[in-house]
Amino acid sequence: MQWEVVIGLEIHAQLATQSKIFSAASTAYGAAPNSQACAVDLGLPGVLPVLNAEAVRMAAKFGLAIGATVAPRSIFARKNYFYPDLPKGYQISQFEHPVVGAGNVEIELEDGTRKIIGVTRAHLEEDAGKSLHEDFHGMTGIDLNRAGTPLLEIVSEPDMRCAKEAVAYMKKIHSLVRYLEICDGNMQEGSFRCDANVSVRIKGEEKLGTRSEIKNLNSFRFVERAINLEVERQIDLLENGASVVQETRLYDSEKHETRSMRSKEEAFDYRYFPDPDLLPLEISDTLLNEIRATLPELPDAKKARFVETYQLSFEEANQLTASRELAAYYEQVVASTGGHAKLCANWIVGTLMGALNKEGLDITTSRIDATALSSLIKRIADNTISGKIAKQVFDALWDGAADADSVIREKGLQQITDDSAIKAIVNDVVSNNPAQLEQYRSGKEKLFGFFVGQVMKATQGKANPAQVNALLKKALSA
Amino acid sequence: MNLQQSDIEKVAHLARLKIEHEDIDTYASNLSDILNLVAQMDSVDTRDITPMAHPLDLCQRLRSDCVDETDQREAFQSIAPAVENGLYLVPQVIE
Repeated sequence: MQWEVVIGLEIHAQLATQSKIFSAASTAYGAAPNSQACAVDLGLPGVLPVLNAEAVRMAAKFGLAIGATVAPRSIFARKNYFYPDLPKGYQISQFEHPVVGAGNVEIELEDGTRKIIGVTRAHLEEDAGKSLHEDFHGMTGIDLNRAGTPLLEIVSEPDMRCAKEAVAYMKKIHSLVRYLEICDGNMQEGSFRCDANVSVRIKGEEKLGTRSEIKNLNSFRFVERAINLEVERQIDLLENGASVVQETRLYDSEKHETRSMRSKEEAFDYRYFPDPDLLPLEISDTLLNEIRATLPELPDAKKARFVETYQLSFEEANQLTASRELAAYYEQVVASTGGHAKLCANWIVGTLMGALNKEGLDITTSRIDATALSSLIKRIADNTISGKIAKQVFDALWDGAADADSVIREKGLQQITDDSAIKAIVNDVVSNNPAQLEQYRSGKEKLFGFFVGQVMKATQGKANPAQVNALLKKALSA
Repeated sequence: MNLQQSDIEKVAHLARLKIEHEDIDTYASNLSDILNLVAQMDSVDTRDITPMAHPLDLCQRLRSDCVDETDQREAFQSIAPAVENGLYLVPQVIE
């Protein structure tokens, strides 16, 4: 039987505000337990939530970036449930009238295909605290520092058809929120996480299958694995005549399985209602225009500009615009080398990214800054060093050398471009290898490479390859 | 609208209220009366009326994004039944 997979994601992006969404307590990560949980966050009697202007601006910014309508009037609602890390017994969220309406983003898959994924809505809400289940004499420890941290929950349409599409979408949103500087995107710290709604149906069927929701996926790899596992599990069930139960599941990355989180069949009944503590949120056209004016160049626009202005391939542009910092690094290198856009792209995408990945670094923690890399590329471009020697210089820069010129000078790596000097070496090599010369002249032209190798060896790779080729050809056919 | 015994049990459970079995019928009839009172409004034509989210005809005032809360953990935890290492302790939650 042919199955079709249907996936929708709910992404929680923690907004990069200084203070909480409804209180003036700090949102800084890693503070001592409960040292940043004030009376409002604890839900003590008599407190009132007051909405953070910056959280509103950030949500609106996101809405504008995905071409969505930012609601002129939206409502906060109480989502009621009991859990110890939710002190008030309800989470302040938005239900019927979210701040951001429908929009969309374009994703690109590895094979180059592109697809539009719909965003149903995005709404503001507060995060809950953290439960620590380690043993406290049979009790659970509660840290409420995270309670009240502003979240933007971004809900997609069920538009994705495989785990890879889901990952591409999640990466797209991740890149977007970081471009917009509304979320630091730190997945280890839980600033960016998602729940995946997964179902399968027989291909061609209109009606959606029963879905399960996999909670709290905090890495791109886990999203892909968890979805694939869940799809397999659901297909197994259906092919064996069983049915899928609508439930919440948890992905265990160590055991590599998903398992049911709540055994209770009772569907959650959150009894949403408008929060009487909060008045409707109004966003005026004036404010919206103000926010629109602060929008940076977004990834898609930047990518198109890189292809256009720098004559890069789509793939190169895609890689270089993956983050705002990387794109800025690239443009800085291009500017200070006075052009050479393609050469700069090759060195960054190929060599630099390789070195960064190998050590688990990213562009912001790179061991070669844009100025140092420019100094290297300038010397390749003006033929001071060959591409091969350049790799040696790159390694020296990576290990802490200040700039390419000093490395070239100290190690004597300057390319030999003097025709007469190269000619002298070529002549030496030719006369020192009479047997090979004989063979070459009698038709064994493959030996040309041997002669090139000998010249390069004699010059420690410093001779200009094009000149070596030309001069050797002349000498061998003389 | 007439609430059934099962409705009362469900609502009580969701609100974590302990109710006596013999009181269920009274709750059912009282709550049904309230719902019926409100249901009278269904007869009013509200097609052109924007639903109200709050009785005050005002909009939400916003706060600037500044941290001005200080750490008052000690004061808050002095009224908590159980604390340890800065954490509030609660009966074990098992998922």
